[in-house]
Amino acid sequence: MGGTDPDLPDGVHLTAVDDLFAWGKEHSLFYLLFATACCGIELMQTGGPRYDVDRLGMIPRATPRQADLMIIAGTITHKMASRVRTLWEQMTEPRWVVSMGACANSGGPFSKASYSVLNGVDKVIPVDVYIPGCPPRPEALIDGVMVLRERVRRYRTLGLRDRDPQVIAGADDDFGTHPGKA
Amino acid sequence: MDADALLAAVQRTVPEAVAVAAGPGRYLLVPAAAVDGLMLRLRDETELAFASLMDLTGWDLLGMPGAEPGIAVGWWLESPRHRHQVAIRVHLPREAPAVASVAALWPVAGWWEREVYDLLGVHFSGHPDLRRLLLPEDWEGHPLRKDYAYPVAYRGVAHARDGQRFAAPPAAKPKPGGA
Repeated sequence: MGGTDPDLPDGVHLTAVDDLFAWGKEHSLFYLLFATACCGIELMQTGGPRYDVDRLGMIPRATPRQADLMIIAGTITHKMASRVRTLWEQMTEPRWVVSMGACANSGGPFSKASYSVLNGVDKVIPVDVYIPGCPPRPEALIDGVMVLRERVRRYRTLGLRDRDPQVIAGADDDFGTHPGKA
Repeated sequence: MDADALLAAVQRTVPEAVAVAAGPGRYLLVPAAAVDGLMLRLRDETELAFASLMDLTGWDLLGMPGAEPGIAVGWWLESPRHRHQVAIRVHLPREAPAVASVAALWPVAGWWEREVYDLLGVHFSGHPDLRRLLLPEDWEGHPLRKDYAYPVAYRGVAHARDGQRFAAPPAAKPKPGGA
């Protein structure tokens, strides 16, 4: 992002405002503490000392009003769906959603057999990144976060550019760029 | 008190009670109308003293071998003083099943009766707060009934994914050996 000009004083750096905003957002993806099933265990583990997503600037927030990212970690029932929607509506723009695991993606093991499980959280809120797995390991969650960070980096706060199409973490490289695989 | 004496004691209050063998033990099948007086007596009579309600649940008898279609409700009582147990069961009609609440005798029954009401539609008369426990208030139907039809949508959110429609589960088939 940007570059230095030899005619400028030391420490002065030229960049586009959008790039600066994107840089800031990308490195401070505060996520909402929200977990409904066993994916939540993996989410907690990801935040624990072994995987330590704090190093990526990801700090858990206890209120949606302070969160940039909502990680749907677990099964969402029809009864829970309206609460998920309310939490998402309380988040400030720009907001991001990661659907973690088979249940949040499509209903997973409950998709055919259960009367009460929502078959995919994308029926009630827009999802940016889907992470397959049942549940995904912390590596998979971090992989999905890296894909999301690429998306955040391309987000134009002041510009009119639309969001990128949705991507599936861990899938073939045809699905968008990936910092670890480029 | 052994099982025979227990049955005799129950039959003094409810002469229609019959002991039915089930697995290693027996349960007492009683008429639904007798539940109200029977439960009070089981709890308070000195020689019975069933102070503890261990479990209360219900299930659908549709398609079960050897059973008339209906809704069963069961109570499992334990007496810590005498160290004996008893299982009480009633069979209710599938249309508008109703039985007396025991929430006033054992407060723990409050949520269990709400659960049975929620999932099977059994009305517990005398319950202080008979609302659904697990499903939303505006849910239609009682899902643990074996002829329950899956919802097409709930509050405008389709239940099926990507245009799939969920069919009602096939009707329960009688198992071999059933009546």
